[in-house]
Amino acid sequence: MIDAALIWEWIIKSLILIIFLTVGFMYVTVYERRFLARIQSRIGPNRAGPFGLLQPAADGLKLIFKEELIPANADKFIFLLAPIITVIPALIVLAVIPWGEAMVIFGRQVNLFISDVNVAVVYIMAVTSISVYGITLAGWSSNNKYALLGGLRATAQMISYELALGLAFMGPVVLAGSLSMVDIVRAQQSSLWYVVLQPAAFLIYFFASIAEINRAPFDMPEAEQELTAGYHAEYSGMKFALFFMAEYIKMIAISTIGATLFFGGFDGPFVDQIPWLGPIYLLAKVVIYLGVLIWVRASWPRIRYDRLMQLGWKIMFPLALLNVIITAVVVVLVN
Amino acid sequence: MLMEFLPLLIILLLAVFIGVFVVVLGSTFGPKRPGQRKNSPYESGMVPYGPAKRRISVRYYLIAVLFILFDIEVVFLVPWAVVVRQIGVPGLVFMIIFVLILEVAHLYAWKKGALEWD
Repeated sequence: MIDAALIWEWIIKSLILIIFLTVGFMYVTVYERRFLARIQSRIGPNRAGPFGLLQPAADGLKLIFKEELIPANADKFIFLLAPIITVIPALIVLAVIPWGEAMVIFGRQVNLFISDVNVAVVYIMAVTSISVYGITLAGWSSNNKYALLGGLRATAQMISYELALGLAFMGPVVLAGSLSMVDIVRAQQSSLWYVVLQPAAFLIYFFASIAEINRAPFDMPEAEQELTAGYHAEYSGMKFALFFMAEYIKMIAISTIGATLFFGGFDGPFVDQIPWLGPIYLLAKVVIYLGVLIWVRASWPRIRYDRLMQLGWKIMFPLALLNVIITAVVVVLVN
Repeated sequence: MLMEFLPLLIILLLAVFIGVFVVVLGSTFGPKRPGQRKNSPYESGMVPYGPAKRRISVRYYLIAVLFILFDIEVVFLVPWAVVVRQIGVPGLVFMIIFVLILEVAHLYAWKKGALEWD
């Protein structure tokens, strides 16, 4: 059953995903800086390479040769471990997302997903919640008051919005009758995209996922004006780069998960005849979704922390629960 | 059956490797000139006073406890959401009763002020 070729296929697909995410991270930073600059009537980084395309390489090289400080009385082992724990879930969460139809490459039938586990949605929920640990430990081990406060705020915020996020996943799951991402995309191919059938779930997913990755307008844990940088205040050099990388890869991850759950994933016109279009459609949807995330950051002010928590517990959580129940009632009655 | 999880293990190992590699890369090439001032925690330029690990507000603890309660509710919803078509009206009624019971707890925490932050 398992032969060497299959294992090599898995290793190559995993490598492709990880390389895609690391290169994607570099270019999402350029995308964000340029797009944000345009919204604010600036030009943005345009000196390194054509249109500033080599900017991330320059930033990365600079960070490699920077001194890394470990604050006095910090818990050294946890301090080193925290950025690694933060980046791992970001890199592996997309392993269950299908990129396209099965294709024949070099005379071999290749499925365009790393693994089609039958509990993909649970896998996503489980893996995303691991990244809370990295952030908590980073804040705790830094021996810095800002970092501790940032880490606490991030923890409370992320676990609060995890409820709404988990319930937002349930709408598409009820409609598709499966937890597998491949089945959810197939179900959308045979009916409508779930953004039409589940608009409330999509809106809840959209805002809860922004809160989950601590981005504006829900970026209280790293509010520069009051916490200097939150949980990564004491991190420098490549360890800081790992937090940065995790944050941007999480942006790509929530865009891809959102595109797969609510916008049909690799679904699009003519995708059943030309399988190569699948990954292109998915990529296009992810780029548009990322653009909306950047646009949201540029347009909305940060919301106050108490209101943020109340939004999560008093509005999003009951609404998401109501949405699941109503969806289930409609599905059962239509059946 | 468990074979589907083998590729996930492979990508996990690769991700661990990447994380460790980047940390090692940074600590290999960066200069190391620590000093007493440089190593003190950042406190907006002031000399830091007191321990950083202070007592924390009980709100965070409350939120964590409430999270466990309602996250388990979400976990119970997951298998139900998959099979709700097959189990039909009885399954639906049971789940609505379950959710209503937990919603009483949610409203209780709300009215007791566990979700307020001032």
